Amino acid sequence: MPEIKNYSINFGPQHPAAHGVLRLILEMDGEVIEKADPHIGLLHRGTEKLAESKPYNQSIGYMDRLDYVSMMSNEHGYVLAIEKLLGIAPPKRAQYIRVLFDELTRIRNHLMWIGAHALDCGAMAVFLYAFREREELMDMYEAVSGARMHATYYRPGGVYRDLPEKMPQYDKSKYRSKSRLKKINKNRQGGLLDFIEDFAIRFPGLIDEYETLLTDNRIWKQRTVGIGVVDADRAKALGFTGPMLRGSGVAWDLRKTQPYEVYDELDFQIPVGKSGDCYDRYLVRVNEMRESTKIIRQCIDWLRQNPGPVMVEDHKIAPPSRVDMKESMEAMIHHFKLFSEGYTVPEGEAYAAIEHPKGEFGVYMISDGANKPFRVKIRPPGFVHLSAMDEMSKGHMLADVVALIGTMDVVFGEIDR
Amino acid sequence: MTYDFSQTNQALLENLRSHFGGKVQQAALELGDVQLEVADTDLLEVMKELRDLPQFSFSLCVDVCGVDYLGYGQAEWSGDKSTSGFSRASAKQNLTTVSEDQKMQPRRFAVVYHLLSVELNHRLRVKTFPVDIDLPVVPSMHDIWPGVNWFEREVYDMYGIRFDGHPDLRRILTDYGFEGHPFRKDFPLSGYVEMVYDETEKRVKYQPVDVETRVLVPRTIRERSKRPASPAVVDEAQAAQETPAT
Repeated sequence: MPEIKNYSINFGPQHPAAHGVLRLILEMDGEVIEKADPHIGLLHRGTEKLAESKPYNQSIGYMDRLDYVSMMSNEHGYVLAIEKLLGIAPPKRAQYIRVLFDELTRIRNHLMWIGAHALDCGAMAVFLYAFREREELMDMYEAVSGARMHATYYRPGGVYRDLPEKMPQYDKSKYRSKSRLKKINKNRQGGLLDFIEDFAIRFPGLIDEYETLLTDNRIWKQRTVGIGVVDADRAKALGFTGPMLRGSGVAWDLRKTQPYEVYDELDFQIPVGKSGDCYDRYLVRVNEMRESTKIIRQCIDWLRQNPGPVMVEDHKIAPPSRVDMKESMEAMIHHFKLFSEGYTVPEGEAYAAIEHPKGEFGVYMISDGANKPFRVKIRPPGFVHLSAMDEMSKGHMLADVVALIGTMDVVFGEIDR
Repeated sequence: MTYDFSQTNQALLENLRSHFGGKVQQAALELGDVQLEVADTDLLEVMKELRDLPQFSFSLCVDVCGVDYLGYGQAEWSGDKSTSGFSRASAKQNLTTVSEDQKMQPRRFAVVYHLLSVELNHRLRVKTFPVDIDLPVVPSMHDIWPGVNWFEREVYDMYGIRFDGHPDLRRILTDYGFEGHPFRKDFPLSGYVEMVYDETEKRVKYQPVDVETRVLVPRTIRERSKRPASPAVVDEAQAAQETPAT
């Protein structure tokens, strides 16, 4: 009988289940993990330092590239911090649009998560289903901002522009029959709100499809029930937020407890887990998608009835309209100053946090009165969750590490920044 | 509407003042948020009480952030009036070439903690300034909130601030074998080294960076954005504003 010794495994950085560029050094005793040491930073771009070298508005695009599966939520945290320093609030319609797109983003993030998580645990089909819907959400991003992913849509003081009246349609093509074209353009006849409403009506049924594949699935339960259990007190001590905290039974959601924008006017529930394992976190996130759909439908109703401005009137912060610039010298100077120098932000410091799909996404900003931030600190939720990897994986099997990476919903754009 | 914290924060501020008294150097509201300044020697004790006492119960440490105050309030483009055209911008000051004396300015580094109480639904910002600038050290909060582990490693990596009592203070975000602390203000944006593929040696290697750092938009500070230091200064600034620009 040969002597069995502990050995270490190098997992990643190029591994399909590593969700990007995670490198894990695992110390194993047979197939059981004794210690997990995540090596991160392979995607570190110094976003915070870059933001310090640019006028405020030029860094909004960098925020998209943090958590690159929930772009607009990152922008939201950033613009909220600027607005807090400036002491301004966007018009109500812009707030509703932000909430609408925050929730669409939440669905989009959770679709990515459910697809990747299930795929890691051996269920291929969910991934394909989830990406089918994700495509429509990308079309919504594209319709409103022009970009499918990195939207740069939120601005301090509102959003870049109002929702388009007309949803872009598919063109005629020799590779597409007439009946096919008619079918795929069927829900694109009206405006963007009609397109989103059509999605919001269908989506609960589609969530049922994912649940049919997973919720009572014997293999799925074997892979997730009792894996990575964190109790409520430990979750708080570890700094967990978002679904990771709610999965452990703490009813804490910034949208309810510290509402920002118009969340206090909307009716929705906060799903909370019980046992704090991967399966409970799965249930929390799936139910969050259902609640997001409810919020989206309420936002659509409000936005239909209440037209209005989507940007503050202060042209020191928001650009004047094209038409004004042709006629008014003052408008042209405002435009020139805004896009060259930017605006100076009063001296002070502020921390603004939002309920990001992954947890609390916060931006701490220090201004010394300049047109560029003196310090921007991004508080990424995934960074904290991944730091608990060692504790959560101890005593589990090697295959469970993959389930843990899935349940943490890690994206390296935000972790490495 | 954004959630109104003013009442809870006012109550928290009074609680903090009456409980800690002289132990905190400063307790004030900053844009509606409660902010404490604590000496690094008292930090561990204060933080433990902030977590354990029922009137505070800050069960989560949300964020730990390093700050380098070198060059705070310095503009690369000065003056509110147009005088000598574009040459004003060339008078920019480069922080990468400041003297050693300037680098040793007191209160250069800060560590900022953001605490959250899930039970009582309030937030708190705690700031501490390490005394020794050459080798800044603050106590580690790892025993109070184990979740700060990686945040403290990040601050160490980015600013070179050491955390006394941290179990595993290694670099976290930068490359293996990286030198320097990149978020310090005297560290250039382009860095010092870049990675290239060497055709003759058939491998990737580091070489001195050949990117020239350019300032596309100069850093500008307007008088109106500055915090009034004292009432007298306010009067002066107001008087300057009221005078029509020539």
